[in-house]
Amino acid sequence: MKRRDFVGLSGLAAGALFVPSIPAFAGNLIDPARLLEPGVDTAMKKRLADAGLNAAKSAGATYADVRIGRSLNQNVFTREKQVQGISSTESYGVGVRVIANGTWGFASTNSVTEAGIAKAAQLAVQIAKANAKVQKEQVKLAPVKGHGEVAWKTPIQQNGFEVPIKDKVDLLLSVNAKALDMGASFVNSTIQQVNEQKYFASTDGSYIDQDIHRIYPSFGVTAIDRASGKFRTRQALSAPVGMGYEYLTPKAADKIAGPAGSDVIGYRNSYDMLEDVAIATKQVKQKLTAKSVTPGKYDLVLDPHHLGLTIHESVGHPLELDRVLGYEANYAGTSFATLEWRAKNLPYGSKLVNIVADKLQPGSLGAVGYDDEGVKTKQWDLIKEGTLVDYQKTRDQAHMVGQNESDGCSYSQSWQDVQFQRMPNVSLQPGKSKLSVDELVRNVDKGIYIAGNGSFSIDQQRYNFQFGGQVFYAIEKGKITEMLEDVAYQANTQDFWNSCSAICDQSDYRLFGAFNDGKGQPSQSSAVSHGSATTRFNGVNVINTARKIG
Amino acid sequence: MPILSKDDAQTILKKVLSFSTADECEVSLNGQIGGNVRSARNTISTAGATDNVSLAVESRFGKRSGVATCNEFDEATLRRCVQRAEEIAKLAPESPEYMPLLGAQQYQDNSKAFAAATAAIDPDFRARQMGASTALCDQKKVSSAGFLVDSAGFLAKRNSKGLEAYQQFTNLEFSVTVRTPDGTGSGYAAADYTDASKFDAARLTRVAAEKASSSMKARAIEPGKYTVILEPNALVSNVDTSLMAALMGSFDARNADEGRSFLSKKGGGNRKGEKLFDERVTIYSDPTNAEIPSLMFSGDGRPQKRVTWIEKGVVKNLYSSRYWAQKAAIPDLPRPGGWIMEGGTQSTADLIKGTAKGILVTRLWYIRPVDPQTLLYTGLTRDGTYYIENGQIKFPVKNFRFNESPIIMLNNLEAIGKPVRLGGNLVPPLKIRDFTFTSLSDAV
Repeated sequence: MKRRDFVGLSGLAAGALFVPSIPAFAGNLIDPARLLEPGVDTAMKKRLADAGLNAAKSAGATYADVRIGRSLNQNVFTREKQVQGISSTESYGVGVRVIANGTWGFASTNSVTEAGIAKAAQLAVQIAKANAKVQKEQVKLAPVKGHGEVAWKTPIQQNGFEVPIKDKVDLLLSVNAKALDMGASFVNSTIQQVNEQKYFASTDGSYIDQDIHRIYPSFGVTAIDRASGKFRTRQALSAPVGMGYEYLTPKAADKIAGPAGSDVIGYRNSYDMLEDVAIATKQVKQKLTAKSVTPGKYDLVLDPHHLGLTIHESVGHPLELDRVLGYEANYAGTSFATLEWRAKNLPYGSKLVNIVADKLQPGSLGAVGYDDEGVKTKQWDLIKEGTLVDYQKTRDQAHMVGQNESDGCSYSQSWQDVQFQRMPNVSLQPGKSKLSVDELVRNVDKGIYIAGNGSFSIDQQRYNFQFGGQVFYAIEKGKITEMLEDVAYQANTQDFWNSCSAICDQSDYRLFGAFNDGKGQPSQSSAVSHGSATTRFNGVNVINTARKIG
Repeated sequence: MPILSKDDAQTILKKVLSFSTADECEVSLNGQIGGNVRSARNTISTAGATDNVSLAVESRFGKRSGVATCNEFDEATLRRCVQRAEEIAKLAPESPEYMPLLGAQQYQDNSKAFAAATAAIDPDFRARQMGASTALCDQKKVSSAGFLVDSAGFLAKRNSKGLEAYQQFTNLEFSVTVRTPDGTGSGYAAADYTDASKFDAARLTRVAAEKASSSMKARAIEPGKYTVILEPNALVSNVDTSLMAALMGSFDARNADEGRSFLSKKGGGNRKGEKLFDERVTIYSDPTNAEIPSLMFSGDGRPQKRVTWIEKGVVKNLYSSRYWAQKAAIPDLPRPGGWIMEGGTQSTADLIKGTAKGILVTRLWYIRPVDPQTLLYTGLTRDGTYYIENGQIKFPVKNFRFNESPIIMLNNLEAIGKPVRLGGNLVPPLKIRDFTFTSLSDAV
């Protein structure tokens, strides 16, 4: 769920825009040059963190962690021939989380001094003790051995903040020019960059310094037929990634063609924005006259840029242990995949379905060395040969499912917010036998190939979902025949994954990303990737979404 | 820093403006204090507090603009913030949509948007209210998850052209989901207030608990087209997009004129003046409305006034940016803060009594756009869906997925109930014929 989708009907109640004239920002607006200035050195951070840990212990905490966070963001937005906005922001502060009297307490401050952090630590303990009076479940942490002083950095080749803004603007305006030259009515394009500089220290003896980078180039092309009043859009097939600016240097080896006749190109570790916008413009014009789908049962062939979102919604979210246990009942929802359901050993998917969680994959949005409570990250199985085998856990959840190890799933969107369980990368493993997309399509008698993610909706327990896409192609007797429009498919999670009948091999595997996944109250955003290869699902219900209005 | 008075805020803004060397400069100050508490499994899970004041400086040289922000207020920091905005402005490209800053404006008084009782909320108040909610659920042997968030704040603006604005506001939102121990029943209640003295968590929790027990062991009925009664929570949401938000969020003149809105006219132009909805549909905004007082000025300083958007089914006005208003030579109307849909006097219970066959929908959820051309949206019912026959609720039914457009919905209007406040809007329950449910969901 993307909480900020809802701006439509917002009064004061729903968080009206409080800073006039400018959009809401994640921090203070700064001169771009400051994005390259180093933050405080680790010796100083350690001293500051120790002040917080000591103050927490003195105030009665049995556990404490201190997160010194410096979050840097830069966004460049354009439309057609003009720059709409450029913003560079910095947010800097400290969050202190404690356990006192068996209860969590949290406080944060932008006063990054020993005194400021100590004060926040004392407030966190005070809050914990106040909440302890009405608490019914004592916090129990899975053990973590202190890591000492360690560091981790996203293995980037070029920090995007070093690239002059002019170069980014030039790239985006050339993307827009390509679309307009080819006949698009409108085009928007953006580059969003994030650098999280995180320092974590805990009473377990960990002092972890991490430097995390993400980048997300994207566009949307619109074609309008003025005479009929019809309009269509095609969004970019880029993925947000845990990489530097090198993602925007296209490499031929990273391009993966869709099935013959589809005109689709997918991208792996680098992205050709100019190529994609050219294809998008051609496709968006085709969409205006494409045949409206006949509803019914079809075999679906889903490309990784589409399937990633289906994995996210129908596997990633239902296996978050906090949802399973009811902690998210009032907002994100609960899950069908309860501990009782798991005990029945019902098949989540067909035997082909192997889904792993990880926070390690290079280039992924979830990749970090350690999570936000100092747990070293790893890979583990969620679904093995169609059977649910595990969930996603934090330190305080492991004991609830009889385990004594966290999966490293703790994350907070900033120093201002308390960390809690968030989704790691959740990926469908590619097929073990050699299988190309063309070979996969060749066996489909009546199907639809879908590329790119579109409309998405799923119920609060993750049974019933509906997904659209960016482009749809009819498959008849093993061949792509024509473009379709007005396609959405509806399914039940278990039925869908049990209908999985073929998965392409490793050579087709790539990552899709969700840049702003919302959860929690107050809502927090996180970024996560989902890997897969093109996959076939048999006999899925497809509806026609065209309607007539007066 | 506490909530600044008008004089204190304007004193800071005047000082900041005095540092400006730009052609034009606008400064804004936004302060908020507040807190939140969250519960799950009938116990408090997390709690937090916020207290922040931030300053935004927009400097302009010709058609170049730069913005910088800070949240410290010593003179050196303020000077640096202005300098930074000016440096950013000098490096920025010229905006082809540049509009000069507004001069002095007349704003209506809206002191009703601030309630002292809300500004005075402390952690004890939050714990007491949430405690009453969880205690009720303990007593009824049901499980609840809830969220209470409150804020009090001010917004002040001043610019080099003479514009001066100031307003205080308060808000409290509460929502609770109650589930039965067997997992077959779920209920929900949500409300928001300017004045916290009207808030009673236990009363709302009781509503959610009743929905939970009455929705247990739902029966499956075939999806299809049904007459539905949509309660306000099915039309507007504090936490997600909604059908009414989708509709009123589409009243942007530029999108309509550019041909990418349901309000675009074939061949060009927009559909202002056309009757697109049932003649009983009238929607307007009024920032001084006593039930939903909102900001008297928009983000760029334009005064918010009473504006009718739909009158007796006819599109009367579209909002736009200042640039587009000038370019298209249309009334310069900012997007409003909240919406009021005119209704009647009937309660939801009255609407049920007048229904021969239909479905009562408590809430719609995970609503997402499917086709912007027709404003087709999909989503699901949840937290209490019931079959109605001969004016009575007969039994709970399993949840449905819907695919429906608010445009079609407001043409298939059967009856309108009495509006209530939700999400800063006034929204009535609606009775709609031929609402399209496309599949069943096992979710509770």
